Amino acid sequence: MRFEDEPVPGYPLPILPGHTSPGRFERVLRAGQFAVTTELDPPDSADPEDVYRRARVFDGYVDAINATDGSGANCHMSSMAVCALLTRMGYAPVMQISCRDKNRIAIQGDILGGAAMGVCNVLCLTGDGVQAGDHPQALPVFDLDCMTLLETARTLRDEHRFLSGRKITCAPRVLLGAAENPFAQPTEWRAQRLAKKVAAGAQFIQTQWCYDVPLLRTFMRQVEDLGLNGKVFILVGVGPLRSAKSAEWIRSHVPGVHIPDEVVKRMAGAADPAAEGRLLCIDLIQEIRTIKGVHGVHVMAFRQEHTVAEIIERSGVLNGRVPWYPGRDPQTNTSRMAS
Amino acid sequence: MYAVRQWSVRHARGLNTFYRGLESVLVALDPLFRRIGYERLERPAARVEKMVKGLLFDCRMCGQCILSSTGMSCPMNCPKNLRNGPCGGVRANGHCEVRPEMKCVWVEAFAGSARIPGGMDALRTVQVAVDRRLQGRSSWLRVVRARVGAAP
Repeated sequence: MRFEDEPVPGYPLPILPGHTSPGRFERVLRAGQFAVTTELDPPDSADPEDVYRRARVFDGYVDAINATDGSGANCHMSSMAVCALLTRMGYAPVMQISCRDKNRIAIQGDILGGAAMGVCNVLCLTGDGVQAGDHPQALPVFDLDCMTLLETARTLRDEHRFLSGRKITCAPRVLLGAAENPFAQPTEWRAQRLAKKVAAGAQFIQTQWCYDVPLLRTFMRQVEDLGLNGKVFILVGVGPLRSAKSAEWIRSHVPGVHIPDEVVKRMAGAADPAAEGRLLCIDLIQEIRTIKGVHGVHVMAFRQEHTVAEIIERSGVLNGRVPWYPGRDPQTNTSRMAS
Repeated sequence: MYAVRQWSVRHARGLNTFYRGLESVLVALDPLFRRIGYERLERPAARVEKMVKGLLFDCRMCGQCILSSTGMSCPMNCPKNLRNGPCGGVRANGHCEVRPEMKCVWVEAFAGSARIPGGMDALRTVQVAVDRRLQGRSSWLRVVRARVGAAP
């Protein structure tokens, strides 16, 4: 799908009627397309080219790129900076904000600053505990939680004021997102929690890695029963496993990731585990896309980002659609720049 | 104490009823509190509250108690101070991601709320951001002043 006014770096798109952001990601979702997002592994470097190189591997296959905010409580280039670099090129980043490292003063400033630089999507997260990362001696902030962060961002956008009540002159036009983990305890409460996030302002959801489709189906049924279909866009998290050993390691060491025994068994029985991991991911995507209420997938291929294009291509979910990337259609660039 | 805290969640219903009674008594005492002066009462009240709620709930004295909405499981015991539900890192056995030896306060809150009439509805309320200035102050006095309509 193409829009006649595809983005030109530095030129914001108009906000369509009924949309909250000028972003391409929201346009794709509201047009009813099956959306694909992914995650950029932020570099441990100050070189912008390291960001661009990591973004280019997704060209033509993703609608938005998540810029993680110290994921796993590990130190990397900031989410804000990665977003600033990406928007310069016209990419559509999802700026992740975690409550772990910043208080409400810093966070509100970042939302304004991000929007000023062209960020149209913000993902509101609680964040991993500091014990999980490479700086366990750090002070965990957690001034807000993901729910009050959503409310804060919505207040900035819709009420044009800070939490303090002080007015802002130009509101950040952003689509608000949140995470959900349908696979963590207490599972029977997870759909309710999603409802709470929607009530707090979440417009899209990206879930934790899904390797258990029956559990996802149960969750999606509860989501439907709560009347949330049509109120929130849900993108299910997927990702390729590298081997049975890494699957075993992930499920015992990464809190909140649930990998059933059959999946580990399937990986263990494969002659080429990495290829089997990609195939498993494709199978999962094809199964997930048929579930009612699912609007896309969020591919988290940590340290395997180069496989995302192949996985999306072979899964066929884009239906021949080529998401925008710099240089996809140079003729619109010149015409719009000239006008 | 952790064992007492777990006992409190198991007896969430009784404790909630007891608290409702206590709250009514405190509200009835408002004229007396006014005569003494709320600011003068603040420190002794906070001391009593810390002792009682510290014993029962491992209370962290955030000063804006929502125990009735969280099944008598204090959310400030969550290492991430989550007041609106569990994070995505809860372990398969229902324990905390950060402190594996502790049961997730939200798994407890879920169990406790099921025991309180209307508890599940209270769980669905979106709690506002914590006012960090109230840390260490009496939540009971604050509730009384709010209920009688005085500035909190």
